[in-house]
This record gives sequence, structure tokens and C-alpha cells, in this order.
Amino acid sequence: MKAQGNEKLRVSDLHAFYGESHILHGIDLHVNQGELVTLLGRNGSGRSTTLKAIMNMVGRRSGSININGTETMGLAAHRIAHLGIGFCPEERGIFSSLNVEENLLLPPAVRSDGMSLDEIYQMFPNLYERRTSQGTRLSGGEQQMLALARILRTGANILLLDEITEGLAPVIVKKLGEVLIQLKRKNLTILLVEQNFHFAAPIADRHYVMEHGRIVEEVQQAELSAKTELLNTLLGV
Amino acid sequence: MDTILGINPVALFGQLLVGLINGSFYALLSLGLAIIFGLLRIINFAQGALYMIGAFLAWLGLEYWGLSYGWALLIVPLVVGLFGILIERFLIRPIAHEDHLYSLLLTFGVALVLQGVFSHVFGSSGKPYSIPEFLQGVANLGFMYLPIYRGWIIVVSLLVCFGTWWAIEKTKLGAYLRAGTENARLLQAFGINVPLMVTLTFGFGVALAGLAGVLAAPIYSVSPDMGANLLIVVFAIVVIGGMGSIGGAIITGISMGVIEGLTKYFYPEASNTIIFMVMVVVLLIKPAGLFGKEV
Repeated sequence: MKAQGNEKLRVSDLHAFYGESHILHGIDLHVNQGELVTLLGRNGSGRSTTLKAIMNMVGRRSGSININGTETMGLAAHRIAHLGIGFCPEERGIFSSLNVEENLLLPPAVRSDGMSLDEIYQMFPNLYERRTSQGTRLSGGEQQMLALARILRTGANILLLDEITEGLAPVIVKKLGEVLIQLKRKNLTILLVEQNFHFAAPIADRHYVMEHGRIVEEVQQAELSAKTELLNTLLGV
Repeated sequence: MDTILGINPVALFGQLLVGLINGSFYALLSLGLAIIFGLLRIINFAQGALYMIGAFLAWLGLEYWGLSYGWALLIVPLVVGLFGILIERFLIRPIAHEDHLYSLLLTFGVALVLQGVFSHVFGSSGKPYSIPEFLQGVANLGFMYLPIYRGWIIVVSLLVCFGTWWAIEKTKLGAYLRAGTENARLLQAFGINVPLMVTLTFGFGVALAGLAGVLAAPIYSVSPDMGANLLIVVFAIVVIGGMGSIGGAIITGISMGVIEGLTKYFYPEASNTIIFMVMVVVLLIKPAGLFGKEV
């Protein structure tokens, strides 16, 4: 394990509940600066809930979540983002009553070194062309770009990305892969929930595998080929 | 020549004017309801009582504290808005996580309590409030005489309604409000203080009712049940317009006032029920309302 000071996100013994149902059963994970780590697992294994729990978007939680050096369990939901974290939800969360540019400019800057609007439009030329369209009129791929671009503009240096390739055409998935590699080069820290293992495998540094609200396996990039069989069993692919 | 094709233009324009004025109040009140509903998902039954309080504060101000109409127009909405903020913060917020039905019933209770207290203290008879001097008189428009104060009501409420619409549709603050209406939880995850926004929004929506109350004081009699009477019609209007859009609330409010006015001229017997008839028809054809989104 790398040095403690390098750690951008640490989750310890995290339990989460929706009403009476106990969804997460003691999650332990950490992501270091500049690392891209995935949460793999079947549907319903608790991966999305883990991201939402980090953002304080679920009902009741216990345990510890440390973001950029700050313990966040006692913080109100709107304080979390300002620690330098950006969340891209599974359903993308594009607002239909806002146009593309309004969607893009909606989240307040949480750090000073976010991408400028020009840089964003350079990275995603489609968004520039459609900047005055209603947000939800974009294609699925464009909406995903928008959801991603939106948090890059805020300067967040930890990104929580939920199923960003889901339901998208291969050419868009390829583009998203390139974007993630660029973000890694910028030394951003990324926790990625992913169904598409073939998308995640070549770009990730580490993988956590979840099952029934627990982390059951941690796999380093170098161990991938040795553990392929195990992963196939766990993921049911 | 008094009539054209059997229509008496003076009487017709007179009723149209009454319709426009009523429509102005409908628009102000339903706009406030729509803004509050958007973010809090509750229909604020206390809106009528707060309108009544707005009128009473204007009357009290003039009667006891020497507060002129002009100042009342500025200060009363702020006071009513502040009162609304207290209601949201200390009554609605604690039960906000329960079913919205509880908050709705709570605002209904608040309305009854306020109305009861004002009846007890001030009696149920109407209080007179004279039109301020600088708005007295009548303007000759050529085709009709327009009492200046009535024109003033229409102009002020149109300006306020349009200003509110503009602020919500075209500004950054409005973008937060629109986004919060759609998905408050995600907006909060982006770092916006949504609970504070909810409180301020409630205060603003309620302040609109307070403003309507001040505008109404000189032309309707100021009485504890003035809000309850108006609110029933405003609810019908909200149902007709649907809760989907801010612009929809304004347009429906004004046009229902005008339709009511026209009915008063052409078939006065139906003038009290026409809005409810429109409501029934709209519910049958488009249950979400004219501007509402189907759920």
C-alpha cells in the first residue's frame, strides 16, 4: 500500500440503510491520488449505493468516510462536494428544464483549477454545437459527456463515476475511455462503478469486487490475468 | 350608439377590467403556489391566509403606525415572507421527511389558526383602506374610463409576475431553482445548500401572497376571510394550469380572470362557477393540467 498522505478517499466500515433495509455491510476501500479504481459486481451488489453513501445521498449511514483528508460522516450533503469531489450519477442526472450550457454551468466550482468552458468544449465538441438545446434532447452519449464535463468544470479532483458506459454505442464508449485516460494524466483520482469489465480492465489500476453489499475481492492490475477465472465467477460473465 | 351588434362596449370593457384585476391576483397567488410546490412538493394551503395578513398589515400600518401605502408595498411582503420562513423552518421542515400529505394538512391548519386569530382580534367585518392619493382618479382611455388604481394593480402584478418568470427562467439562481425542482438530491450533491434554498423559496412564494394582499387592500374590504374565499378559486386555477410551469401559472391566472369577467358580461349567472367548469373539463381532457407534465 502507498503512503497515507497520498490517499484521497478512504472508506472504513461503511454501513448504509434505505429505510429498514441494510444495503452496505461494512465497506472498506481507499483510492490514492491519480489512481483509477473500479467497483465491479453484479447488479444490486451495492456499488451505486457505495458512491451515493460517499456523497451522503442515502438514508442512514455509519462508519467513516474521509475525503481529501476530511472526515465527512457529520457533514451535510451540500458540504461534501466542496471538499473537491464530483459525482456522475448512473441515470446521468441531466436536468430537462436547463439547456446544455446551463447544465454545464450548474454545479458551483469547488476548487480553483477546474477546466474552463473552452477546454470543455474542446474536449467535447458536440456539446458546443448543442449548447442551447434542452439538456435531455441530447443523445445518450452526449448526455453522458455532459454529465462528465459538468463535474470536470468544477475542479473536483476526485471523481465518482457510476456506469458511464451503460447503454452506449461502442464508438462513444471508446471516446469515454480516451477521456478517462486524459483525466488520469491530469492526476485526477477516479472511483468508477462499471459493468463493462472489458472497458475498465485496460485503464484501471485496481479493482474491488462487490457482492451483497460487501467487498469480496481486491485485484491489482498486475494480477488480472491470474485472477481472470475468479473474476468471471464473481461477475457472472 | 350604445351597443354594437348587441354588445355594450362600456359594460363589456368594464367586466374585462374586473376580470384582468381578478386575474392579476389569481396570477400572483398561483405563481407563489407553483414556486413553492416545485421545490417542496406541497400545496401551501396557508397562501390565502398570508394574503389576508398582507392586507391586514397594510391596514394596521396605515391605521396605527403611519405606514404609507408606498412603504407598505415594500415592507409588508418582506414581513410576510419572513413569517413564511419561520413557518417553513419550524413547522414544515421537522415533518418534511414524512409523506407530503402531512405538510399539506399542516399548512391547512396554519391557515385556519391564522384566520381564527384575526377574526377574534379584529372581528369579521371588513376594514376600509382608502386608495393612496397619488393613485386616485380616473384616466380616459377613449373607449373607457380606467380608475388609475385598477390600472396600477394590473401593471404591478404583471411586472412582478414577469420579473419572477425572468429570474427563474433566465438567471443562474433560477437555474438552481429549476434543477432543485427536478432533482433536489443531486443538486445538493453538487454542493448547493438545498435546505436553505427551500426556506428562501418558501419565503419568496409567500411574500408574493403578502404583496397581493397589499395591492388588494384598497379595493377589496380587508377581512379575515378574504383569503379563504380567494384561495378556493386559486386552487381551481392551479389545477387548470397544472403544476408544471411558472409561465403556465401566470398565464392561467390572468386568463381565468378574463374568462370570469367575460362570463359576467355574457352570462352573469355562471360567473361564479365558470372557473370550476373549466377545471372539470380540463381534468377530463388533460388531468395534469394545461401546462403540467404527465407523471
